[in-house]
Amino acid sequence: MNHRFSKVMGLSEAVSTFVAPGCHLSIGGFTTSRNPMAAVYEIIRQRIDHLHLYAHSNGQGVDELVGAGCVDRIEIAYAGTGRFAPTCIRFRKAVESRSIQYEDYSNYHMTLRFMAGAMGVPFLPTRSGLGTDIVRKWGFSREMRKADPRIPDDKLMVVDNPFGAWGEAGKLVLVPAINTDVAIIHVQQADIQGTARIEGLTFSDVEQFKAARHVIVTCEELIADDSLKAGADSNQVPHFCVSAVVHVPYGAYPTACYRHYDYDPKYLNAYRKAAQDDSRYAEYLDRFIYGVKDHRELLALQNEADLNAIRADARTGYAVGLDRR
Amino acid sequence: MPEYSLKELMTIAAARMIQDGDIVFCGTGISMVAAMAAKHISAPHSTIFFETGAIDSLLEEVPLAVADSRVMFWTSVNGSLADSFATMQNRFTGKRVIGILGAAQIDPYGNLNSTCIGDYHAPRTRFSGSGGACDVGSFVPRTITFMQHEKRKFVERLDYLTTPGYLDGPEGRSRAGLPEGGPLAVVTNLGVMGFDANTKRMILTGFYPGVHPQSILQNMGFSIDISGASEISPPTRDELDTLRNRCDPQRLIL
Repeated sequence: MNHRFSKVMGLSEAVSTFVAPGCHLSIGGFTTSRNPMAAVYEIIRQRIDHLHLYAHSNGQGVDELVGAGCVDRIEIAYAGTGRFAPTCIRFRKAVESRSIQYEDYSNYHMTLRFMAGAMGVPFLPTRSGLGTDIVRKWGFSREMRKADPRIPDDKLMVVDNPFGAWGEAGKLVLVPAINTDVAIIHVQQADIQGTARIEGLTFSDVEQFKAARHVIVTCEELIADDSLKAGADSNQVPHFCVSAVVHVPYGAYPTACYRHYDYDPKYLNAYRKAAQDDSRYAEYLDRFIYGVKDHRELLALQNEADLNAIRADARTGYAVGLDRR
Repeated sequence: MPEYSLKELMTIAAARMIQDGDIVFCGTGISMVAAMAAKHISAPHSTIFFETGAIDSLLEEVPLAVADSRVMFWTSVNGSLADSFATMQNRFTGKRVIGILGAAQIDPYGNLNSTCIGDYHAPRTRFSGSGGACDVGSFVPRTITFMQHEKRKFVERLDYLTTPGYLDGPEGRSRAGLPEGGPLAVVTNLGVMGFDANTKRMILTGFYPGVHPQSILQNMGFSIDISGASEISPPTRDELDTLRNRCDPQRLIL
């Protein structure tokens, strides 16, 4: 591979180059799995704010961005981290104190919206949400929409099937495309040009990759040559979608990265406790995010035995028998 | 008779409704354990799938979220959200799906709220939001919902309609443009509710041993027909063994 094409850079540089205050951002992963946490922490550390965040069920990454005050507006389907926090705590506080603007969709709506952005069409149709408040109630007002060219004038639209009875659907919900300034995705492997390989579930990451003007890929393993081409069937994203490749081992920690490590129950439980109290949350931010230089230092603050405990088992891809209470 | 917990009883009550050959959509928590139990007990040819895209996961350990690495191991296919919701919207596969949901509020027509209490723009309490629940309720012909039986959760009118059930009655779904189908049952800590075939309003179909149907009414914000209800048989020794030893041996959910 010709090194002229290398997009490799450090995380601090990638974030400061592509994530600007007020930009439209999406992050990969789902609840407690493969969130690009190292990048999330770097955004917080650089105090990049006024973000417009698009999320389906991204969970931990969303809650930390909201909790640190980086997010002004969020379009979201679900804020939870499974059993660790059925409703993300800082998100809930932000909504209840009306310190962020929010608008609700379903997971399929958000996926189709990224897909429409990836395809270059203004909307896609679905039957999901007919008759519900997700269609009827808007989070963003019509005035706000009209004033902002970056968001569509309508939230969702219900239309009669233009093909008549074809497809056994009388009515459809049209969901508007999302095109972000930047998407940040953590993957198991990427090469220096940006060809990326996700193992396990891809969630809506592939659609997010292709709907973004710029993509930052963080990866567990950085491949220096073109050997990912030997298993091209397992690669999801072509390199030309990618602007920056950053090598960050444990870059999804404390969320899981399939076949590498599990989520860290101790970290997530401690996070939940800290998140419930404003002063304890400020201490959390100071200790684990502002108080460290980078993700390596955040990892160094963890107990070594705990990090060993979450190492993925080679057969199953997760930490078998991990104490998850 | 073996001793059992309330959660075990609820899990088994739901598991018994899953038919062999069903494609079972489940979320986190008790719904996952019910789907796992059905597969081990009465519906060995059912297939569990998750909104995250995992199909037919082996589930050697109970996942704590639908994106847990434990759902990705030994699957038939590891797909994406786009795949899983298309499976439910699909005119062929969608008809075979049974969905298991949970919610903060439910109304007499089985519509669900998992978004907020109070005004949407200034909620007293904010919840997680739809996730895939709205999609499931929109697409699939049968859903089972787990609920805690409390007056504030069984309400005549939802604060926010996140997930469609029968909407406003018998013609509600077709008027809105939704596919046929809707809620099959609601499983609570007191009993099991179904829906009247004609009116689509909730009815009591079963109550747990030791629970009086009248006391169920006292825990609801609206009244339902209890005349056709009968006592639900407790979990058998085999059902309990399966739950405890094969579905949730670490007792993470139950």
